Amino acid sequence: MSMFWSLIRRDIVLTLRQGGGAGMALGFFITVLVLLPLGIGPDLKFLQRLAPGALWITLLLSVLLSTDRIFAPDYEDGSLELMTMGPMPLELVALAKSVAHWLGTGLPLAILAPGLGVLLNLDALLFGPILLAMVLGSLALSLLACLGAAITVGLRRGGMIISLLILPLYVPVLIFGVSATNAITGVPELFGPSMLILTAISLASLVLAPIAAAAAIRAHMA
Amino acid sequence: MQAYANPTRFNALALTILPWCVGSTVLLFLVGLYYSLVVAPQDYQQGETVRIMFIHVPAAWMAMATYTVMALASAVAIIWRHPLADVAAKTAAPIGACFTFLALVTGSLWGKPMWGTWWVWDARLTSVFVLFLLYLGYIAIWQAIEEPAKAARLAAIVALVGFVNIPIIKYSVDWWNSLHQPASVFRMDGPAIHSSILIPLLIMALAYTMLFLTLHLIAMRTEIMRRRIHNMEQAEVQG
Repeated sequence: MSMFWSLIRRDIVLTLRQGGGAGMALGFFITVLVLLPLGIGPDLKFLQRLAPGALWITLLLSVLLSTDRIFAPDYEDGSLELMTMGPMPLELVALAKSVAHWLGTGLPLAILAPGLGVLLNLDALLFGPILLAMVLGSLALSLLACLGAAITVGLRRGGMIISLLILPLYVPVLIFGVSATNAITGVPELFGPSMLILTAISLASLVLAPIAAAAAIRAHMA
Repeated sequence: MQAYANPTRFNALALTILPWCVGSTVLLFLVGLYYSLVVAPQDYQQGETVRIMFIHVPAAWMAMATYTVMALASAVAIIWRHPLADVAAKTAAPIGACFTFLALVTGSLWGKPMWGTWWVWDARLTSVFVLFLLYLGYIAIWQAIEEPAKAARLAAIVALVGFVNIPIIKYSVDWWNSLHQPASVFRMDGPAIHSSILIPLLIMALAYTMLFLTLHLIAMRTEIMRRRIHNMEQAEVQG
């Protein structure tokens, strides 16, 4: 178990010191949020209606953008090969990598997103719900991102393929994340069920995604 | 099943079955199209547009069935390393993508006069659209990886992960309020449509199934040949 935690710590330290982690993703996040009102128009009422969905899509894209750093550096310097031969099961390696990605990129973005929502005139009522939904949902996003990274590690056109593979799998998170958020101003009864399904998606990904990711890495190393 | 792991034996079997497959496909389509376009009655509300259903519904069924075939073949390829299973999975994908595209387009053509819109973002339509994207992602994986063995393993993982979408499509009309009508053929209490429409629909479904079988056998044979040629070229280059 200590290997598990030290792998998580190592990955978080690497993302923080090398850049390309939360900082870069946050920069991307803010840039998209600035571009949106410029493209759509500065009508505050319209932006307010758009804000939850726009924040969710921006979160999805920011997480997706940081996926190529999950396995690629380890693949290039050979440490991924050491991990496949090491005593820790590859499934746990994949889980540690996902958790590290979540703690280093997904979670900070989820926590900061509602605050940045002021750029889109996000309704103050929604700050709490969107924070909760994003914290829960971003776990699934990081796990699926890790799966995509495992499948495309070492491929020359990995970036394009990872979007094609992973964005369809992000659809349920997006749908229930937005519906949980919008429930507060729309139909409050929908908030509970949407949050439950969002949590279920995260938990199912927590179990299944590392297994699939480990199988993918084995296929690459074979 | 293991007996047909030998591509030569599979090829021989495919060659004997293929003429029958082609014949029954043509026959079933002739009968099915005649019944659905000429004999079947107009709908009292939908008029002639109801006939789009005879193209649309079997295409949607086959879109899901083909993905299921692909996922099963992928599972067989991963578990038993059956050499023909990844050929079966790989060649099913483009056919399934075409069925999905056909279902989306015909549904859209029917939706315009009936619902008044080409497209709505409800659960059934969205999940079928996601199915189309999954097919594309699967095909992209095969194209991106040059080593066939590695591509087969990774594509199989992608196919199995994407399989979560199939039950979602099936039950999307029950779980959510959808503009799309709920299941009316495969129900616990029997089909909810009249036999004058049900029979042509089932003939068309059979025709589509035979069409898939025909195309899949041809595609698998082609893929086996392609691999042989590739291996021969490799052997020649390496001397």
